[in-house]
Amino acid sequence: MPEKKQEALFQQAVDGEQKVEPRDWMPEGYRKNLIRQISQHAHSEVVGMLPEGNWITRAPSLHRKTILLAKVQDEAGHGLYLYSAAETLGIGRDELIDQLLSGKAKYSSIFNYPTLTWADIGAIGWLVDGAAIINQVMLTRTSYGPYSRAMVRICKEESFHNRQGYDILMTLSKGTPEQKAMAQDALDRWWWPSLMMFGPSDKDSPHSAQSMQWKIKRQGNDELRQVFIDRTVPQAEFIGLKVPDPKLKWNEQTQHYDWGEINWEEFNQVIKGNGPCNAERMAARRKAHDDGAWVREAALAHAEKKNKRNAA
Amino acid sequence: MNQQEALFRFALRMGDNALVLGHRISEWCGHAPALEEDIAQTNIALDLIGQARNYLTYAGEVEGKGRKEDDLAYLRDSREYINALITEQPKGDFAHTIVRSFLWDAFHRPLLNALANSSDERLKGIAEKAVKEVAYHLRHSSEWLIRFGDGTEESHRRAQTALDELWRFTGELFEADEAEQILAKEGVIPPLESLKAEWNATVDRVLAEATLKRPSEGWMASGGKKGVHTEHLSLMLAEMQTLQRSYPGVEW
Repeated sequence: MPEKKQEALFQQAVDGEQKVEPRDWMPEGYRKNLIRQISQHAHSEVVGMLPEGNWITRAPSLHRKTILLAKVQDEAGHGLYLYSAAETLGIGRDELIDQLLSGKAKYSSIFNYPTLTWADIGAIGWLVDGAAIINQVMLTRTSYGPYSRAMVRICKEESFHNRQGYDILMTLSKGTPEQKAMAQDALDRWWWPSLMMFGPSDKDSPHSAQSMQWKIKRQGNDELRQVFIDRTVPQAEFIGLKVPDPKLKWNEQTQHYDWGEINWEEFNQVIKGNGPCNAERMAARRKAHDDGAWVREAALAHAEKKNKRNAA
Repeated sequence: MNQQEALFRFALRMGDNALVLGHRISEWCGHAPALEEDIAQTNIALDLIGQARNYLTYAGEVEGKGRKEDDLAYLRDSREYINALITEQPKGDFAHTIVRSFLWDAFHRPLLNALANSSDERLKGIAEKAVKEVAYHLRHSSEWLIRFGDGTEESHRRAQTALDELWRFTGELFEADEAEQILAKEGVIPPLESLKAEWNATVDRVLAEATLKRPSEGWMASGGKKGVHTEHLSLMLAEMQTLQRSYPGVEW
């Protein structure tokens, strides 16, 4: 069948809301786009373990320590399912990890911001996971079957993380003036980077139009960002925290919040590698990878010896 | 020391052992040699911290002074911690972590097996749940130790080094203090020396399969059970307790 005809049939199937499965024919661009997006998502889970992991040994109660450990563990699990989903497109985990460590592949820029106080752990759960959920709920309807199914599972766990994060900030905001200031400071630092998580405005987003046509993405960046703002602002008010945007105002006419301007220069700088923790995050991942090399080699060598002995 | 005091001290020690080792293992989270191991080590840390919470809660109740799990975990200094020295040793390379876990797990499992028959209902209940978790911990650490010993030259060397370095902390595990002697006499806990045969058998079996050499008995370190620790513990606690110490008496 000629390629043009196959593409037309593919688009027809996608338009008819049929899921694309690993063995189905798909345009090369679709495959590449998905590998990029899914692996970027997997890398974000893995790098995302670092800022929160920074507070595991300092969590202020055994209850909080348990929840935080379980959360970071879930992220490792999400990384694994997402690498597996990417593998269905014909690329191995080792190659994907090499792309991350060489700096060729990207991960979510939000993880290049530092966790400076305990309240930041609350802010990550509430804002960062809150923003991620909005994107991921959309992705449960993405056209690629394995990605969509991974998202269904991940969303359930993320909503638990989101509630736990909010609970940390709620507890702090009911606490001493110092605790409340800690919570406000975390919101001040994490608010704008969380809005940047939805990516550039649709008119400046290089992959958006094609991704929408293939139904990899189902909603635009700006629309999702607005959903997040509308949902999150009342939550901040409920616990007595102030969103750091002087232009933020409820608009009766549109039934949405109006809000200020994202500093896109900061966004671009962080993507380029100039964020506060880009170098530290990559150094930590490279160190774990390099220090673990002898462990992985030993596991392989032992498995080979065992196979040989079993065969003999 | 009466039996109540002995029981407090024993429950506290079980809590300290589980908390300190669980905390140490949690240091790998995000930095393990492979994602599967981030998950496995975190699982083990979670099991141990869960066990610690049960023991510390019980210890606080037995003591009767209103101390809760967090008071015991976050508001005692290293001289008041009575865990075994092996649990507080730094994570080192992954071979040190695995050997530390293995030497402990091989002791922990028979101890919990015996505690699952304790005449004390609470200890029995905690142990019945924990023993299933610890059977997995021992399997996991044994499998890695075998892979290292019988893997590459480098992994064999690293595992043997870790074993030689940590061996001196194993003698203390079987030394009963006054509290443990009182409780053993009353049948609440097993006599610790009775666990040695199973520990020896496990260690010898796994080391043989790993082609690693059992270190000679030699000089053994001791003191953790009396609150006299290696220098590592106070640093670990300084980090762990920082928020509770900096902002006393608040809710988190």
